[in-house]
Amino acid sequence: MESYLFPFDSLICMLLGISFTVWFTLLLVFIIVPAIFGVSFGIRRLYMKSLIKLFEWATLRMDNGETLKRIIAKEPVSLEQEIQDMRRGGAEPEFDMSDIFYFCRRGVESIVDDEVTKRFTAEELESWNLLTRSNYNFHHISTRLTALWGVGVLIRYGFLLPLRVTLAFTGVGLLVVLTSIVGLFPNGRMKNYLSDKVHLMCYRICVRALTAIITYHDSENKPKNGGICVANHTSPIDVIILASDGCYAMVGQVHGGLMGVIQRAMVKACPHIWFERSEVKDRHLVAKRLSDHVADKSKLPILIFPEGTCINNTSVMMFKKGSFEIGCTVYPVAIKYDPRFGDAFWNSSKFGMVNYLLHMMSSWAIVCSVWYLPPMSRMEGEDAVQFANRVKAAIARKGGLADLLWDGGLKRGKVKEVFKEEQQKLYSKVLVGSSEDGSSS
Amino acid sequence: MGSRASSLLREEDIEEIKKETGFSHSQITRLYSRFHSLDKGENGALSREDFQRIPELAINPLGDRIINAFFPEGEDQANFRGFMRTLAHFRPVEDNEKNKDLTSGEPLNSRTNKLLFAFRLYDLDRDDKISRDELLQVLRMMVGVNISDEQLGSIADRTIQEADTNGDMCISFSEFIKVLEKVDVEQKMSIRFLH
Repeated sequence: MESYLFPFDSLICMLLGISFTVWFTLLLVFIIVPAIFGVSFGIRRLYMKSLIKLFEWATLRMDNGETLKRIIAKEPVSLEQEIQDMRRGGAEPEFDMSDIFYFCRRGVESIVDDEVTKRFTAEELESWNLLTRSNYNFHHISTRLTALWGVGVLIRYGFLLPLRVTLAFTGVGLLVVLTSIVGLFPNGRMKNYLSDKVHLMCYRICVRALTAIITYHDSENKPKNGGICVANHTSPIDVIILASDGCYAMVGQVHGGLMGVIQRAMVKACPHIWFERSEVKDRHLVAKRLSDHVADKSKLPILIFPEGTCINNTSVMMFKKGSFEIGCTVYPVAIKYDPRFGDAFWNSSKFGMVNYLLHMMSSWAIVCSVWYLPPMSRMEGEDAVQFANRVKAAIARKGGLADLLWDGGLKRGKVKEVFKEEQQKLYSKVLVGSSEDGSSS
Repeated sequence: MGSRASSLLREEDIEEIKKETGFSHSQITRLYSRFHSLDKGENGALSREDFQRIPELAINPLGDRIINAFFPEGEDQANFRGFMRTLAHFRPVEDNEKNKDLTSGEPLNSRTNKLLFAFRLYDLDRDDKISRDELLQVLRMMVGVNISDEQLGSIADRTIQEADTNGDMCISFSEFIKVLEKVDVEQKMSIRFLH
């Protein structure tokens, strides 16, 4: 028996050895070397174009049915206007039993369709992109399409996923090792230069690990030292996307485990700002460390996501004012993902980090556009909140996202009572106001 | 896996809801998607917490009363049929022209039924009368802390005085209808559902 297997064995070993070598060489030549030098063969863009053609073909063959239209048309009538309308007939009572109609209708409208809850789940697609996870309302999938989906699964899980995981490990591993090595150098220009190069290289490998196809616009506005870069937040990948095109000082909480290892290594090469869990609550401490950092012009611009949580990339929610109180130049950046190729949004209440990364690495690709907006500073007479809203509006406009005043914290927390109190105050004004009019007429 | 919401709703159910409420097929599936997305516990029914998670509803002064309207007497869960039945009150009245296939009796979105919905928002203990106390409580919900007890009390008294015709110091449903006969209820209590 064994004599039969022996030649077979060595043959298999040889084949495995050869295929590994070939695979690794290809990997090195086509992916890692370009990442080191920051050039691109254009393979990913070609891939993206073919995928687009594929999706268009798939759309023609499918019955979308009743999916993306809005359910209701809301009329933006204000409380005062509505109440005045209802009072027009006859004598003006102070209060009318019909006043509740306004609140009633608004309440039911918000039950049917509201602006906030839909921002915390993945954006719905107009046509199917052959991923099971984005298939909700699509019926009547033909056999041809199912076959295509099957082929897609094989390609994505059998080829792309192992490739990407290898690259991810390579990228992260290199980051830890090389930044630690750079950390041994004495502080100075050489160290900064090396640190920049090392960070960029490793982030570029990570970008390829996600098959991210990124288009950067207006690079002349890239953030400079001594400033703060703010961007809308959709996923942890935002960091990789921005950091592969420029060098930033990261801000974040100190983690344990693998993240902690990465953090400690990174901070050896250049100053990032990591906070202990206890320090995060102390707003003055946070502000002080940030201001100290931006005051030192030799340090890299800080990267901050003022929304504080991941939103699903259809809107920009309230910016926390902390970063806008520091008083330095703010460089806004808008990031918009193309949801057809893979949904980048991290729904942290549904999926953990590992699950999320698995989803990312088994999607078709991550396609996004990054716009660097011109720098903004706080104007005279503008407070931090107004400044934050101005920056938010600029980012929303550029990225084609809805500009909302609601707090991203509503993902997990309840809305503050003060907003209800505002509504009550408005209504009281209408009531009391009309009685004054009545007595004078 | 993504939410295969529409596949959980059977065609027979859709037909029944269509007959009972007058919504079209596409509206029902769309509203089912919405129902499903609100149902965080994924148990096929909505609880009061599910409603309160909607920020725009939570800041509505009458939010709790509106939420209550979706729950039948003494129950804590609202299923999809009940959800649709309540929403049907807000269908525009003109839409009835297009869909004559309704059960006998008044459609849910008739003027009377819209008024009944509003009446029930005031009638806290569901005894078919709005007492002075109930009116005061609802008024208090709408104005918060901005108006004094005395002023609110006089507003309530005046309202009851104007509406009450049989002298029982309460407003019955027929008195309610009479007071609001000049108001364009059909328009104020309708939501523009798109087809």
